[in-house]
Amino acid sequence: MALAGLYIHIPFCSVACHYCDFHFSTSLHSIDALVECIAEEMFLQKNYLPSPEIETVYLGGGTPSLLKKHHMDVLFNAIHKNFKLLPQAEITLEANPDDITKEKLSLWKNYDINRLSIGVQSFHDDELKYLNRIHTSKQNYQSVGMAQDAGFQNISIDLIYGIPLEKNHNKLQQSLRSALELNVQHISAYCLTIEPDTVFGRWLHSGKISAADDTFQAEQFVLIQNTLLQQHYEQYEISNYAKPHYISKHNSNYWLDRPYLGVGPSAHSYNLHSRQYNIANNELYIRQVKQHIIPAQIELCTNTSKYNDYILTRLRTKWGIDANEITKKFGIHFELINKKKIEEFMSEKMISFDENVYRLTKEGMLIADHITRAFFIV
Amino acid sequence: MEHIRNFCIIAHIDHGKSTLADRLLEFTKTINQRQMQDQVLDDMELEKERGITIKSHAIQMDYTYEGKKYVLNLIDTPGHVDFSYEVSRSIAACEGALLLVDASQGIQAQTISNLYLALENNLEIIPVLNKIDLPGAMPEEVKDQMVDLLGCDRNGIIAASGKEGIGIDLILEAIIKRIPPPKGDKNAPLQALIFDSVFNSFRGIEVIFRCYNGVIRKGDKVKFVATGKEYIADEVGILRLNKEPREMVEAGDVGYLISGIKSAKEVKVGDTITHVANPCEKAIKGFAEVKPMVFAGVYPVDTSEFEDLRDAMEKLQLNDAALVWEVETSMALGYGFRCGFLGMLHLEIVQERLEREFNQTVITTVPSVQFWVFDTKGNKHIVNAPSEMPDPSKIDHVEEPFIKAQIITKSEFIGPIMKLCMDKRGILKNQTYLTAERVEMNFEMPLSEMVFDFFDKLKSISRGYASLDYELIGYRESNMVKLDILLNGDRVDALSAIVHRDRAYEWGKKLCEKLKELIPRQQFEIAIQAAIGSKIIARETISALRKDVLAKCYGGDISRKRKLLEKQKKGKKRMRQVGNVEIPQEAFMAVLKIE
Ligand SMILES: Nc1nc2c(ncn2[C@@H]2O[C@H](COP(=O)(O)OP(=O)(O)OP(=O)(O)O)[C@@H](O)[C@H]2O)c(=O)[nH]1
Ligand code: SF4
Ligand SMILES: [Mg+2]
Repeated sequence: MALAGLYIHIPFCSVACHYCDFHFSTSLHSIDALVECIAEEMFLQKNYLPSPEIETVYLGGGTPSLLKKHHMDVLFNAIHKNFKLLPQAEITLEANPDDITKEKLSLWKNYDINRLSIGVQSFHDDELKYLNRIHTSKQNYQSVGMAQDAGFQNISIDLIYGIPLEKNHNKLQQSLRSALELNVQHISAYCLTIEPDTVFGRWLHSGKISAADDTFQAEQFVLIQNTLLQQHYEQYEISNYAKPHYISKHNSNYWLDRPYLGVGPSAHSYNLHSRQYNIANNELYIRQVKQHIIPAQIELCTNTSKYNDYILTRLRTKWGIDANEITKKFGIHFELINKKKIEEFMSEKMISFDENVYRLTKEGMLIADHITRAFFIV
Repeated sequence: MEHIRNFCIIAHIDHGKSTLADRLLEFTKTINQRQMQDQVLDDMELEKERGITIKSHAIQMDYTYEGKKYVLNLIDTPGHVDFSYEVSRSIAACEGALLLVDASQGIQAQTISNLYLALENNLEIIPVLNKIDLPGAMPEEVKDQMVDLLGCDRNGIIAASGKEGIGIDLILEAIIKRIPPPKGDKNAPLQALIFDSVFNSFRGIEVIFRCYNGVIRKGDKVKFVATGKEYIADEVGILRLNKEPREMVEAGDVGYLISGIKSAKEVKVGDTITHVANPCEKAIKGFAEVKPMVFAGVYPVDTSEFEDLRDAMEKLQLNDAALVWEVETSMALGYGFRCGFLGMLHLEIVQERLEREFNQTVITTVPSVQFWVFDTKGNKHIVNAPSEMPDPSKIDHVEEPFIKAQIITKSEFIGPIMKLCMDKRGILKNQTYLTAERVEMNFEMPLSEMVFDFFDKLKSISRGYASLDYELIGYRESNMVKLDILLNGDRVDALSAIVHRDRAYEWGKKLCEKLKELIPRQQFEIAIQAAIGSKIIARETISALRKDVLAKCYGGDISRKRKLLEKQKKGKKRMRQVGNVEIPQEAFMAVLKIE
């Protein structure tokens, strides 16, 4: 039986970062009602997953670190009432450095939160400002330090690279050094992408900023890769690095075709047969849940969509593509239908083949989408 | 036969032919409420989407008038210039025509050209002033125009609205009273004219015909005169909303025939059907040959699909008699077809129909008109594609097709239209005021300047108040050169164009810029160059794509991302690989988009 994950989306932030296209609101007045509704949604959706046993919980957003004690009580009561949380469960909370205090940390411990994902993004105040983050680099060090002092032994930090303030890579190198000094177990490094419905997106449209230089970004990707691998982090997914035993179980579930339930506005769920999308609007979400309606749209998976999902997710990870598994799961002969492309990518050293598994090479990762498209069935 | 009437509805585009047909079908109870929808005869998906008629459509109605039962065969025709060949074939199956004029727009260019087609075939014309319900209708003024054009009796013009169902009874009365019944002899040998055909994958080819003499019965042994092929008439019948089998179809009527014909080549529009045992003496005069205006290469995206595409083209040709083609080869694209079209809309429709009805993904190359190239030895070469252009050193001179364009517009737009035509190397021949506000302008200009985006420009500068008709008037000498495009040093013949020398430099530069926009970045650098002969006149570079990977792929991203990549991959299917560069379809049309 595949163990499941629970994702809780907290759709509030104190300010909007210029690059962010997640669903959130900066007006916090409905937060109490919304948290109540998330609890109610857990009840409405309790039978969604194949089994009530939950192996991972992830509080994401938005900014879950701004939740108060009474919010956390409501959520965790609902979790325990509706699901069976396994003893070794990985429970992650996303936190912004500016929210982290001793009090908050000990509060989180009370709910058995054992993993923090801290949005430090950069160790340069000018970059943080450019991204419209409200914390400083100093707060980055302090918050991670406090979390470690409070006994959190599984800490992840987010970094953003490809920030076009300078043409050289000095700042990124410094940020990486700082990150390594913090000695965290996990680092997620995301390339700055400009999404249409964001401040940056509008600036790009109006010409205030220009499109990213992909050579610059590619160089930074490689720089991060080399630095972290050297320090014995494992790149288990394109944007994710972990010390041994510290890969994110919750996120890995997404890539290993395991079921998950997402609650809260804009959250997504997957139960091996269908994917489900919650409405991305706080008011409508509240209104519907209050009427005991699950505010979601369902999309059935087909054999082809599942095959494509497999290619898409597996190729990005260290688990890679297992041709035999594909045949077993989907009845599709991966090597047969992709013979030419496999040969081509192998000869270009974009993919490798090892113990029956195809994986992206370091170079291949830079063109993961290109390779994914090539193997897709459309 | 006294009780049969064959008529078509003709007009300028959008003057309401198909909508009026709806009302006639409703009024005669040929279709019921449940089957009714707007422009019900426009049954092709493309017609519905674009709101225009592409194919003529025949349908039979019953109508009782003054106690007598009549059979009325209606043919709805398209209004767009590119489909005038459809109109001309429909006319051959009729004795009369409803000529519609939109009461708010008055007489337009295709009102006149379609009227002439009908008059050449001696059709009885019933003038209908349509859309009288419109607030902007100018009934008296437009009636004046119609009287002037037709020399008809003012009282003979029927005021109608297809939308509101006004005047329908009067129209039906006029059809019965004014249009003569078909002539012909039931007892004479069978003589039926094929004017359309459709491919049906279950039943073979369906032939649509007008029976002039004799009777065709189910089970008859028949012969197609031009091809000499013989068949058994497995099924004959009439065309209602669906096909309705009958024991026979008689002289004067329009019907269909199914006889298990599998090969598209055996059916020629314009051919005559007769009996094997008792053949008619003469074939019916067929149709004038179509004169394609634009030529373009049509290639399968995947070279291995050439035979499938050929099969699809043959089947499509059955239903599109104006489509002509021959096999051609391109260095860049391999085997394909050089096709002749009546205009750019026709080209677009053919491409869409190949995709939707026959599941073909095709690339169309840069369209071109037909040039005549005279070499230094005095030989004439017909050049339908830039690749056929002889070496410049061997060329004495080039001639290009000229047209006479007739534009009807409001007088306030004379200035801008004049400028547009001059920009297009046009010469104003004359200008006639039809009324104080309406003017007819006649230009002579190169077809190549007119055929691509002229119509769109004309419409936009006249805010829609200009209509255009044109005809070929012959070839004239012009200073044309071949402009080549090189990608990473290799000439891509499918991207070449023949352009006027005075503009070649500017075009080369703009074309390179446009291609840079349209060709997606790839894993290596792409150099785009424009050249005349061996001389490079412009260059652009597309830098290599260094990174093609999205940052995040968590729960909700998975299906969003999958759909995005799937869509991109589908888009790629429309791209053609030339050397190692992938070129999207739009790139081949870039030449047309140059300002
Ligand atoms: N107000 C009004 N609108 C009409 C009338 N007849 C047609 N229309 C509108 O005019 C537009 C064109 O109508 P169609 O019947 O498709 O015209 P058409 O002549 O068949 O067009 P083509 O086949 O493309 O040449 C549609 O939007 C109709 O709704 C009418 O009598 N009155
Ligand atoms: S990045 Fe995080 S904190 Fe910033 S707007 Fe997005 S969800 Fe909120
Ligand atoms: Mg129509």
